[in-house]
Amino acid sequence: MEFPSELKYTKDHEWVRLEGDVAVVGITEFAQAELGDLVFVDLPALGKSVANHGTLCVVESTKAASDVYSPLAGTVAAVNDGLAADPGLINRTPYSEGWIAKLSGISQVEVAGLMTADEYKKHLGK
Amino acid sequence: MKRTPLYEEHLRLGGKMVEFAGWEMPVQYSGVIPEHLNVRERVGLFDVSHMGEIWVRGANAEAALQHLTCNNVAALSDGKAQYSAILNERGGVIDDIIIYRFSKELFLLCVNASNADKDFEWLSSKNPTDARIENASQEYGQIAVQGPRAMELLVPLVKGCDLSALKPFHFVETELLGSKVIVARTGYTGEDGVEIFVKADRTVDLWRLLLEHGASFGVLPCGLGARDSLRLEAAYPLHGHELGEDVPALESGLGWIVKFDKGDFIGRKALLELKEKGVPRKLVGFVLDEPGIARQGDSLALGSETVGAIASGTKTPTVNKALGMAFLRSDLAQPETKLSAVVRGRAIAAHVVPLPFYKRSK
Repeated sequence: MEFPSELKYTKDHEWVRLEGDVAVVGITEFAQAELGDLVFVDLPALGKSVANHGTLCVVESTKAASDVYSPLAGTVAAVNDGLAADPGLINRTPYSEGWIAKLSGISQVEVAGLMTADEYKKHLGK
Repeated sequence: MKRTPLYEEHLRLGGKMVEFAGWEMPVQYSGVIPEHLNVRERVGLFDVSHMGEIWVRGANAEAALQHLTCNNVAALSDGKAQYSAILNERGGVIDDIIIYRFSKELFLLCVNASNADKDFEWLSSKNPTDARIENASQEYGQIAVQGPRAMELLVPLVKGCDLSALKPFHFVETELLGSKVIVARTGYTGEDGVEIFVKADRTVDLWRLLLEHGASFGVLPCGLGARDSLRLEAAYPLHGHELGEDVPALESGLGWIVKFDKGDFIGRKALLELKEKGVPRKLVGFVLDEPGIARQGDSLALGSETVGAIASGTKTPTVNKALGMAFLRSDLAQPETKLSAVVRGRAIAAHVVPLPFYKRSK
């Protein structure tokens, strides 16, 4: 399993990539494998404000619906519309085409509190 | 947690193990979607050894079952199987079962894993005759072979009988790949195929040989995830979803197996009263018309009024729509009725459709 070193991680298996003042958020390869083939992503509304560890959106496999928690507090500035037609993007390319949302208004203090790839791997016991 | 004889095989095949009804079972191997599609297009192998087996024997076996189950056992002949249910006095469904008649004095009941012990205790305590009731669930493994190529795979492997002549809901005792088996032309996927009862200590051997012989037919081992999405498309009810002790059989769409005219049976009085009064709600199919998925626990609404409770729902691979089954107020239960499904507080447009969602072409 791959955990790119340029990303930050949470213990709930989300990843964060910083693009200037904006945080791109998705779920890790470990998370997508645990969830299985996704068939629907209930994307957050643009402009929605989310708390740190608040529910960002819901991803659904045939078997179950699962919450994706926001790794940071912020405002939803963009969502990945491609997931509406093809939720499997998260399964196939979790760190690129499978991104879920972009958050603005984030705190660098919170960013500093996220895990590095090595810390996340340790958290997974890998 | 309980394990079937195939537990080690599941691990070896990369099965993702989950808890189901007290059993450690594979929810998937390669993935729910590819496994589901493989059953629709080729053939899949399911471990259903967690299902329970109960024997009813003796001169009064038929009389006992007439009282203890709601379908007409007298309609069976040797080698035939029948879908039926064990009801409580309120007409609620303790379990849905298949009854196999070996002779007038010997019947096998195949029951749900989660209910096997409860069923056995209920049947034993309510048996009005001297028929003997034996829980043989530990003695048998069960393998389901399902899909359009299932019979093509199996027919040449069976010794001493022509399996292709076996009609739906019939069974035969025979020898398959060196094991003594009971093969029934039944299933829970909406495809052609069989369910095979085999002694627990022969189950691994048979499973391996079926995978080996099935390779050229494109066989895949399939988990409980695909089993659930397949049965939902075929609109087969599942205990704990469409069926339950607090839901009268007539609300669950089981009216076709409740035989009021066969004589008295447990649940008859309550269901007859309900039938005369009219059922307040019915099991229907629904499809979502906007993006989303509605599942068990979500509700159906007409405007702001709650008019139904969803029993099962997901987006299924073959029909490729977000669909499900729900208990809906009877006056709204006709196809095309426009409603909404309420999911996490959000209303999603939906409409009622006839069941099943999927029917195979013959």
